[in-house]
Amino acid sequence: MIPIAHYLILSGLLFAIGAAGVIISRNLIVMFMSIELMLNAANLAIIAFSRSLNVMDGHVFVFLIMAVAAAEAAVGLAIIIAIFRNRKTINADQFNLLRR
Amino acid sequence: MLEVIIFYVSALVAIGGGVMMIAQRNPVASVLYLIVSLIAQAVLYIQLSALFVGSLLIIVYAGAILVLFLFVIMLLNLRGEHFEGTDRKISRVTKYIISAAFFLELVLIVKELALPGRTDVVSAQTATDFGGVEPVAELLYTKYLFPFELTSILLLVAVVGAVVMAKRDKSEKQGDI
Repeated sequence: MIPIAHYLILSGLLFAIGAAGVIISRNLIVMFMSIELMLNAANLAIIAFSRSLNVMDGHVFVFLIMAVAAAEAAVGLAIIIAIFRNRKTINADQFNLLRR
Repeated sequence: MLEVIIFYVSALVAIGGGVMMIAQRNPVASVLYLIVSLIAQAVLYIQLSALFVGSLLIIVYAGAILVLFLFVIMLLNLRGEHFEGTDRKISRVTKYIISAAFFLELVLIVKELALPGRTDVVSAQTATDFGGVEPVAELLYTKYLFPFELTSILLLVAVVGAVVMAKRDKSEKQGDI
């Protein structure tokens, strides 16, 4: 007996952990992984609703979200490599070129 | 009873993996904890009879995307001095409080919702092949054919973009990363 609210709360908790990671961390790679965790939290909610409503469309959405996450990871890591080559750091606090 | 135990154990592992991920200083350990969290989430998917998507989570996420992260960390050869903090404008406690308030807000929203569908998610009856490869693929190639084809264009753009972004300029000297 697991009500769907438990899945939604778990999903919200994972999302909050991901959001906390983005706020707290100053390491670009950890911030990036936190974004992946938030995407997965949303996926978990979609899968739980898909099971609860007995439709499989949610599985297709999750499939598409995973494709978007893969594309995002590839481009984002390329940006990190390009930034690291120029600035020799991945500390997000030191990327303040536009603020000065 | 068994399904309740599986749910709570996997939920705890998923949450613990996430917390350890953001608490680590070493990014390699962060990646490994994220893999732990993702495998626990894959167990939850499979418990919700999403076999295909659950396998994809392990194969694509844990197997490909996170290995890409590890590969980048290895390529950049990150060491301790790259993670030393400079200025810390808000204290760490304030940041935790902000995200805890955000979580409480989400919980309150869930409590207020009149949730549709059946109350008991896991043990309810469904078709035997619910969430298998064949029915998901059928949806993907009929009802959602256009978004599926658009995904291939998105991946192509991402590949080209990543190569352009990470390519070394001709003017830069060799020997750097």
